[in-house]
Amino acid sequence: MAFNSELLRKLVTVYGPSSREHLIRDMISEEIKDHVDELYTDALGNLIAHKKGPGKKIMISAHMDQIGLIVTDIDKDGFVRFGNIGGISPAVTFSQRVIFENNTIGAVYSEPVDDLSKLKLEDMFIDIGAKSKEEAESMVSIGDICVYHAEYSENSNVVFTPYLDDRVGCFVAVEALKSIQKPENDLYFVFSVQEEVGLRGAKTAAYGVDPDFGLAIDVTTHGDTPKAKRFAVGLHKGAAIKVKDNSVISHPLVRERLVHLAQEKGIPYQMEVLEFGGTDSGAIHMNKSGVPSGVISIPTRYVHSTVEMASKEDITNCIALLKAYLEERL
Amino acid sequence: MLLKRLTEASGASGNEKEVRDIIVEEIRPFVDSVRIDGIGNVIAYKSGKSPAAGRIMVTAHMDEVGLMIKDIDSTGLLKFLTVGGIDKRVLVSKAVVVGKGKIKGVIGSKPIHLQKRNEWTKVLDINELYIDIGASSKDEAEKLISIGDYAVFDTKYEEFGEGRIKAKALDNRVGCAVLVELLKSSLETEIYGVFTVMEEVGLVGAGPAAFTVEPDVAIILEGTVCYEMPDMDSHQIPTVLGNGPAISLVDRSTLYDSNFRRRIVETAERNSIKYQFRKTAMGGNDSGKIHTSKSGCITTAISVPTRYIHSPLSVISRDDYDNTLALVKALVSDLEKEAL
Repeated sequence: MAFNSELLRKLVTVYGPSSREHLIRDMISEEIKDHVDELYTDALGNLIAHKKGPGKKIMISAHMDQIGLIVTDIDKDGFVRFGNIGGISPAVTFSQRVIFENNTIGAVYSEPVDDLSKLKLEDMFIDIGAKSKEEAESMVSIGDICVYHAEYSENSNVVFTPYLDDRVGCFVAVEALKSIQKPENDLYFVFSVQEEVGLRGAKTAAYGVDPDFGLAIDVTTHGDTPKAKRFAVGLHKGAAIKVKDNSVISHPLVRERLVHLAQEKGIPYQMEVLEFGGTDSGAIHMNKSGVPSGVISIPTRYVHSTVEMASKEDITNCIALLKAYLEERL
Repeated sequence: MLLKRLTEASGASGNEKEVRDIIVEEIRPFVDSVRIDGIGNVIAYKSGKSPAAGRIMVTAHMDEVGLMIKDIDSTGLLKFLTVGGIDKRVLVSKAVVVGKGKIKGVIGSKPIHLQKRNEWTKVLDINELYIDIGASSKDEAEKLISIGDYAVFDTKYEEFGEGRIKAKALDNRVGCAVLVELLKSSLETEIYGVFTVMEEVGLVGAGPAAFTVEPDVAIILEGTVCYEMPDMDSHQIPTVLGNGPAISLVDRSTLYDSNFRRRIVETAERNSIKYQFRKTAMGGNDSGKIHTSKSGCITTAISVPTRYIHSPLSVISRDDYDNTLALVKALVSDLEKEAL
């Protein structure tokens, strides 16, 4: 399968921080509507795409939302103060450009500090170039959310851009969804909301879908850069099959099947044992009476930065593994 | 007076009965049905002049932060632990009432004369404090108190200054009072009024309540942080006393729906009701459990700014209270016309 750079570029570029996912939802709906039997949105905004099949009900979840900054105050000179939506690092955010839903662009900087390592979000502000409080208030409002504004880049090996987390997961799900012609299982592709603030969308989506099996598609981190913390996942080593993170221990039924399929079909894979973090399966596996769930992870360097980097080969292998899992009767 | 009765009642998390009884007595003549669920929440239904476009649930938690007796020592002094988030700096030398019998007590510690110099600069730990109920022996204390009894601050409701009210437990008896008044008034739209238990120890009651009611829209009424000092920058001030009900943007439990928020602002402006935004991302409330119950729902939190919450004495402005009630009433009747 050719690597569809154009689609991935579109996916990472569309605005959609946690709780404001409507634009990315519209984009994904447009992309998949001709390939599904049913498409609907729930109260929190999860996009649920049903592709009917005779077998077990599988919920595949990739989250649409992005981390961002929420405006909490506009001061007397028009400088904008903010709180975090999800895991925002002060060091990463310092001197970044950010963009609002209405395309207002700002620069993030801080009050003078002696030691940048001690930077806190409450000492930082967004400068939208307004000359006064009134002008600033005509550009942004309290409660508005902005996201990092940075370029998508790629070469023959990798892509690097903000928001691979988790638009690359959406990409993997969309590509698999489109390539499956006659589903053997009853597939519910969920493009979930509010993962970055605590798996909130996946929780309500799982309740509505009531699946027999759950599978999240999300990025994981890396252990293959200079002096990185010990972690057995790296780029170009294949799709990562999650054993555990802080939200879920993958069900052996799901995990072993993924390993078996990867071996059988010659799809490169690596096992992921993550000692922190979490993803949608954390919410799905606790739904109602419990749901055997697992995760396919896309190995990604520099997660939650503006230069998140993933391997094109790994991404392609994740698509192949997801497709293999969904195509065989469970 | 309603707010006086509610704030002077004892109702630490898990021990809401006294507050619940007042609420049920107040609302019963004005609602179609009222019941108490398995965990202790009050769930009331009130029909309006017309049905709502979706199911509307308005909630307030009944519980307050407090103390629990864990041991009685040989001299009859009571050792305790905290229930919910109490700042231990506020405890020393405060009057409390303990147990069902409302036994009077004082939180004691070592007097300043006996403290070493380095003890002056330290906050006393809970283990260094005790409640003195005036008993002279363990036996005498045991006649009045059992291990597991709750204690709350012994504070009288009082009005003072320019339309100010001081009382304990305004977080969240102020929300309860607004909701009681809402249920007692004549409404355009049908609503479920829910008074929850154990919010202060982890939003415990709200989940079961939402599971039962299955709301489409939930309005959470709260008393929320209010703190202003002259040397503070505007972004450090969460809410301002007297500036009207505070509408939440985001907190640790919820990212409040921004379309709903816009609609609330429109309602406030159309009715010339003062409002402000709650400008901090800290804290959390029952919305966290409600908006993620079952298939999810839309929520907002509307709060009366409350100074010195989680202490023996909190302060609100009467105007803020009135504006909160006015805003919630206007909002509920708006929701009749159009769902979200």
